[in-house]
Amino acid sequence: MANLKELSKNPEKMTGGHRLCAGCGAGVVMRQTLIAAAGKPVIIVGATGCVEVSTTIYPFTSWKVPFFHSAFENSAATASGIESAYKSLKRQGKLDKDINIIAFGGDGGTYDIGLQSLSGAMERGHKMLYICYNNEAYMNTGIQRSSATPQGADTTTAPAGKVGQGKKQNQKDLTDIMAAHHIPYVAQAYLGNWNDYITKVQKALAADGPAFINILTPCRLGWAYKPEETMNVARLAMETCFWPAFEVENGVYKINVFPKEKKPITEFLKPQGRFKHLFKPENAHLLEAIQKNIDDYWETLKRRDELGKKGLPA
Amino acid sequence: MIKTIYSKGKLVAKTGNEVMAEAMRQIEPDVVAAYPITPATEIVQIFSQFVADGKVKTEFVAVESEHSAMSATLAATVAGARAMTGTSSQGLCLMWEMLNIAAGLRLPVVMAEVNRAISAPINIHGDQSDTMGARDTGWIQIYSENSQEAYDNMIQAVRIAEGAKLPTLVTTDGFIISHCMEVVEVYPDEDVKKFVGEYKPDRYLLDIDKPFTLGSIELQDYYFEHRWQLAQAMRDSKKIIAKVADDFAKTFGRKYDFYEKYKLDDAEIAIVVIGSTAGTAKIVVDSLREKGVKAGLLKIRVFRPFPAELIAKDLAHLKAVAVLDRADSCSGTFAPLYSDIVSALYSAQVISPKVVNYVYGLGGREISVAHLANVYDTLSNIASGTEKPLAEVGYINVRL
Repeated sequence: MANLKELSKNPEKMTGGHRLCAGCGAGVVMRQTLIAAAGKPVIIVGATGCVEVSTTIYPFTSWKVPFFHSAFENSAATASGIESAYKSLKRQGKLDKDINIIAFGGDGGTYDIGLQSLSGAMERGHKMLYICYNNEAYMNTGIQRSSATPQGADTTTAPAGKVGQGKKQNQKDLTDIMAAHHIPYVAQAYLGNWNDYITKVQKALAADGPAFINILTPCRLGWAYKPEETMNVARLAMETCFWPAFEVENGVYKINVFPKEKKPITEFLKPQGRFKHLFKPENAHLLEAIQKNIDDYWETLKRRDELGKKGLPA
Repeated sequence: MIKTIYSKGKLVAKTGNEVMAEAMRQIEPDVVAAYPITPATEIVQIFSQFVADGKVKTEFVAVESEHSAMSATLAATVAGARAMTGTSSQGLCLMWEMLNIAAGLRLPVVMAEVNRAISAPINIHGDQSDTMGARDTGWIQIYSENSQEAYDNMIQAVRIAEGAKLPTLVTTDGFIISHCMEVVEVYPDEDVKKFVGEYKPDRYLLDIDKPFTLGSIELQDYYFEHRWQLAQAMRDSKKIIAKVADDFAKTFGRKYDFYEKYKLDDAEIAIVVIGSTAGTAKIVVDSLREKGVKAGLLKIRVFRPFPAELIAKDLAHLKAVAVLDRADSCSGTFAPLYSDIVSALYSAQVISPKVVNYVYGLGGREISVAHLANVYDTLSNIASGTEKPLAEVGYINVRL
């Protein structure tokens, strides 16, 4: 468990003055990650996306640690190359420091175009932490649907219209896909619970091998809510079990945060403009379907958590 | 027939792929990331065995695609390692995005490339469409006529790339060189290592106390200057390539220029060609010379940067020239090498030679002594004024 007093002594490695939107969740993820990772020197790899374009506008940079970006779909392959150089130079005695490598990608760069690169890197066992800052659509290009976009969400390529009701399909379950790589540490987290997230980053960095964290990161522009509501919206994702906080350590599942009382999904959907059309009377069946999916997954996860309490993998 | 030139050299029988892998073993990069593809697979296969047998200190990364191969290789370079890869054809196509990025970030990645046709239709045999398709990506491109040249070019490529801060690829023609066994003179490991030297990057990610950001977004205010610098680096790399060739000649005895002139200086007609076909053309030139025909040959070794000024001087005295491309451009006009040759001549105000263009050998289609003899016959006719030069691309040995 992280200690806020101790953490607050860690130097800020990401400066203010970046160009992320007011109320953007991603900037908070970056800051909390660097604070969590302060124990050791760190190299950051970024995929093309909001964070990269907003923090590295030449000749400026927000990063006080080494930061490298090359393309959109290859954050994990890039981190693989850096980790291989690290191993090689260390083995040859050309480098003595212990260094952590953290790769970031948005959901587009992770769930979609970068999935092959990520899967390859995890399978090869490069020691890196890959963090997906998941805002559930291609926000940098203007809110297009990705395979992380939830059912019913209005995006510019799966819009709500006279006959369409937003995205027809549900999200891909990337966290479980990563768990299926049998890497030492996989976790799902949400913005608005710094303690849970920072603990996960620290556990992930301590793991003996590759680690993956999928953090739900609200986008006030794409989700269409008031900028000051970012943390509240993220917490509602956990409290409705839309986005449970759990971890998979060596195949064993554990739910890290149980909601005090499981709220109906409408509480998460209501404040967000992207779900507005679902509240028309004729779309009641869609809300029901979404609720059912969430209930089913939550039950599955609880079963896995029960097995986990006995030390059994799911 | 290859003879020993270097006092400590040793003659061995090796295929083009074996000799590429041998050069890589001697260079012993810190990282190699690669993915299998015919006909380049053997290079990384042989190299993986060197790793498995503990013959090199290299970290080998068996990536899941060529896109990741180039991503990981260039990232290893940014991190502070000397890094190499190898590929061919579709692999190079898949890398295309990252080829541009390696050059744009000015990273001295070195690649062993085996020229192969590109799909569709799928075909595994040798032509130069793959690297010609990457000719504007900012990579230095060095082609080889035979295994000896491939070996020597690989050794030079490391110093060229690191000196010019530009990624560099060395090619052989698929199967014709990559799988053909030839006698090659190899040099002792320690002499190659000494020639190549240590990789000393100005800055690198693993130099953790000196953080920097690389891969920034640059908009209307800075992008153009950095792209100009890239283009300028390619122009400046000519000096570096010449210097490395000079050092190579002093060390190992073999002299390499941007291109080879074969009986060109007093020739009246000549073929310009790249790669293994030059070997065939030399036989034709020899037999024509015996008959008193003043035939010559210009074989391109360094295609990027393109040695335009030198070529214009060396072709100026000719009456007729045929530029042979083992790639088509599908541009509605001429093929890549021809376009570069003609613009080299025209920009130097060399307008007297009649220059024609032929596309040959796509998908590994045979190019024989007889085919090339026909081209020289046509050139003789053009030179004597009995035949008008073709105003469009001619195709050799294709059913039309």
